[in-house]
This record gives sequence, C-alpha cells and structure tokens, in this order.
Amino acid sequence: MSASPVMAQPAPSDQAGAPVVLTARGLGRDFHGFTAVSNVDLDVRHAQIHALIGPNGAGKTTVFNLLTKFLQPTRGQIELLGTDITRMKPEAVARMGLVRSFQISAVFPNLTVLENVRVALQRPDNLATQFWLPMGVLDRLNDHADSFIDRLGLAEYRDTRAGDLSYGRKRVLEIATTLALDPKVLLLDEPMAGMGQEDVQMVAAIIRDVARERAVLMVEHNLSVVADICDHVTVLQRGEILAQGDYDTVAADPRVRTAYMGTED
Amino acid sequence: MAHPTSGPAAGPQIREIRSAGTIRMAIPLVALAAALIAPFWFYPIFVMKFLCFALFAAAFNLLLGYTGLLSFGHAAFFGGGAYFTAHVVKIWGLTPELGLIVGTLGAAALGLVIGAIALRRSGIYFTMITLALAQMFYFFCLQAPFTHGEDGLQLGPRGHLFGVIDLGQAMNLYYFVLAVVLIGMFVIWRFVNSPFGMILRSIRDNEQRAISLGYSVQAYKLGAFVMSAALSGLAGGLKALVFQLATLTDVAWQMSGEVVLMTLIGGIGTQAGPVVGSGVFIALQNNLATSDFPVTIIMGVVFMVCVLVFRRGIVGNSLPRASGGRLG
Repeated sequence: MSASPVMAQPAPSDQAGAPVVLTARGLGRDFHGFTAVSNVDLDVRHAQIHALIGPNGAGKTTVFNLLTKFLQPTRGQIELLGTDITRMKPEAVARMGLVRSFQISAVFPNLTVLENVRVALQRPDNLATQFWLPMGVLDRLNDHADSFIDRLGLAEYRDTRAGDLSYGRKRVLEIATTLALDPKVLLLDEPMAGMGQEDVQMVAAIIRDVARERAVLMVEHNLSVVADICDHVTVLQRGEILAQGDYDTVAADPRVRTAYMGTED
Repeated sequence: MAHPTSGPAAGPQIREIRSAGTIRMAIPLVALAAALIAPFWFYPIFVMKFLCFALFAAAFNLLLGYTGLLSFGHAAFFGGGAYFTAHVVKIWGLTPELGLIVGTLGAAALGLVIGAIALRRSGIYFTMITLALAQMFYFFCLQAPFTHGEDGLQLGPRGHLFGVIDLGQAMNLYYFVLAVVLIGMFVIWRFVNSPFGMILRSIRDNEQRAISLGYSVQAYKLGAFVMSAALSGLAGGLKALVFQLATLTDVAWQMSGEVVLMTLIGGIGTQAGPVVGSGVFIALQNNLATSDFPVTIIMGVVFMVCVLVFRRGIVGNSLPRASGGRLG
C-alpha cells in the first residue's frame, strides 16, 4: 500500500537531485470545525535544509505535530523513507528516524545535562528496560554523550540540572539530545528562539553541518538565518501553502511580502 | 557565552553536597540499627505495623514520586495482597513465605489489569479510574465468600517459616518482617536507580519529550504500576501475617487516602520520605486512638500544616535541593 499513490504527483516547485525522504500530500487538520491546516504538500529532501515560515498562527507547529504524529491528520497522507506513516504512533515514527524538537524548550528539568543526552542514547543502546541493573551501567554511554555535549559547547554545564540552565542553553541542550538519536529527518521547531547572537551563529553552523548527512525541516522566524542556511523555503499562511521555492524566489513573491507586511527585511 | 549563573558548583556548594552525601550514607545505617533494636523498646506489633506501612508507602512513592502517577486505588493492591496471602495460608496451608509470594503475584496481576485500563487516561482522569476500579474490587471483596465479608479473614496460629522457624515467637516474627521489608525496600531502591528508573524520571519530567525520543511511555508506566502494585501486595500480605487478619479496611478507599497522606507528609520522590511519613502517621494514629477528640480532624490538621509548611514533605524539605530527587 506504500509508494505509488502518494508519490505520483510531485510537489509544485521541483528541485532536482537529492532523494525525497519525507512527503506529505493533501495534509489537513480540523479542530472542532476550525481548519487549522489544509491541503499541505511537502517534499523534504535528504541533505537539505527546508524552512517552514509564515506569520504567527499560520499553522507551522500544527504541521510539525501532524508530521511527527503528535496530532492525527484529518486528511492526507504522510510518507517517511518510503513507508506510509499516516496511522503510526509518534514513538514509532521517532524510532524510524523522524525526530523533532519542541517550540517550548523540551528538556528533562530534574536530570543533569549529561543524563538528558544519555536518555536519548539509552533506547538505541538497549539500556532502557533493565530495572535490575544499577544506574552505574549508564556510564558506558558517557563518552558518546559527551561528544554531543562538547560539540554544542555545553561541557562546563555537564553536571548541572537542566532546569537550572538559561533559556538559550536549554534550547542548545535540546538540540544536543535530538542529535544524539542520529535522526534521518530532523524537525526543529524554532531552534534559535531566545538565543543570543553568538549562539544563533553556533547553532546555525551546527545545523548546516548535521544537514550534510540528513534532512532538516525547521520552523524559523529569523529570516536572515533562513536566507543564510536554508536550501528550500515553504511559506504557510492561514494553514495553507502560500509559496514554495528557494529563498530569493519566495522573498520576491508579492503575496509573501503582503503576508509579512513589512516585517520581512 | 555570557551566562554568569549555573556554572559548575562553587566551593561551598561542593562541600554542602559532599556532607549531604555523608549524611545520606549514615541515615540508612542508623535507621537499620534502630530497626534491629526497636522491639526491645517498643511494642513489637506496633513497630511491625509501622514497617508494613513504610513498605506500602515506599511502593506507592515509586509510582507518585518517580513516575509522576497519582493512584487513588492502591488499597486494592494492599488489601488484595492481604486477602490472597491470608487465604492461601489458611485454606491451602502454605507456609508464610509462600503466602507472601502468592500475595505479591496476585497484587501484581491485579495491578496489570487496573493499570492497563487506567493508563489509557492521564492526570485526574487516571486517578479517578484507579479509584473506581479499586472500589469495584472493594465491592467484590464485600460479596465474595472467601473474604468472609464484614468478619474478615481470620488466620489461625502464625505457622512456621520454611516449615522450621516458629513465627509464633514475637522476636522471630519481628526479624522476619524486618527482613522482608528490607528486601522490598532494596527492590524499590534498585528499581528507581536503574536504567529503567532513569526513563521513568524522564517521563515524569517531560512525557512529550520522552515520546519524541521514541519511548513507548505507556509500557514504561505500566511496568512501574505493576511493580508498585506487587510491592504494595507484599506489604499487605505481611500485614495480614502480623495481625493474623485480612479485612475490608485493607481494601477500603480510606486506605488509598492514607498512603497518599503518608507519602506527602514524608516527601514524595525521596527514599526516606515514605518511611518517615508512615512513622509519623502510625504514631499519631496510635497515640490518638484513645483520645476523645476525633482522630480524623487532628490528622487533617497535621496534613494541612505539612502541605503549607513543608511543601516537599518533612524529608524533602530537610535535604538540600541538589541531593533530594524532587518532583518538579
């Protein structure tokens, strides 16, 4: 039942090259009669950074929730790496390699930075269900966890409770935890929100780096970052796709300019 | 990188954490020594009652403190364990230790059924479903012939442990109860400080995030629920052996409420909290039993004072934040 019907019509703006890893066709979601998202077609490609932008309330986070199955779509179909995931549970989708971050900083506040990253590693390394072993066996994961902590500049906070970190640091920790799962498709919901300028630069560099070997779909309000690192941009407005294409094409689109009413620079 | 706060702990903090570590090592040893000599000072039955409830509250805390699930139906597991143990010891003539195993497994099976149903919902709905299912079990116990309804299930002589050691001797019984409670406490300690326990803490802290990392949180919660039910059943079975009686009081909803109070008074999410909380609770209950003033009113006042003054319970408040596993 998988491939052909969904893959039949390619999304409007076709880019050559990298294979499509995540596809949505005719995606829609209603909340008690209110249509939050309708008729969204997306093609997310391997080794590309795909931005999802749009004014507040455009339905960007709802699209994220639909793609990661935290919300069940009312209409449409989603395909990940050739498998139809429209009816799957969110944890099963995560295990297939589609991993998301959250708009609010999603860390485990009572665990340390090291423990936060280790939680991501425990399941793939089969150290999650043993209730008879001491916690010390998790030290086996420390080197691997430290490599992500170091990469994101969190080394000096390694043993700090995540809840005591600054807002920007929590976002960085969340990215470290997400990367620890080595996802095939990475969905980042406003990864740079609340960060200082130097952290934005660091995280942008990391996203570009990790996108060499995986697809990245990100919601981002910082348009200079979008212009800088994203290969493809989808603009949402009132739950529908307004425009798709590379940044220059989209930015030149008069409808997009109207939607942003001067907030776009 | 201008974040002055939340750097690595400074000198005094490290010292504080170290001394807290020493205290944490010393407290269990002092408590163990006290438990070994307690029956020479106190009425053994009273101490044994306290031990049974300490184990019950610790089992309950495994769920509330380390998984973030508030069950209001734990009397079903405590009382169920008491009935199962009493029944097989009395009617089948099993030895006490086998009776406890049956009580534990029976409560685990009950926990599997109730947990599988109640965990389909979360928050207050989960709590209400556990209460409803526990009440169904209560009415089953009220009607079922093997419980002897209002009379309760009375046990004869206490029997011989492994068929050899006479539990009719108060001291033998006391050290048997102490050994079982210590084993139960060790199981809980191991469970919450294991790789599995780490996942439970992450679910307690942020369930959505745990799902997004690929964890089937329902399965983990059910695992914790069954473990908590099994150990509550062990506590109930032990209580039935001590008092030679399993009654409807053990399965009634008030029992579910009492274990919530004990755990909250002591401090949720701490190892020692439920033990201290049940000690305070049992001591108050015993001392006030003879007073003319209604016990429940005094208990209610104590509970309100605890909630207002010690937000994190007696134990939770006396520990520095860094060393107490705190519920967010």
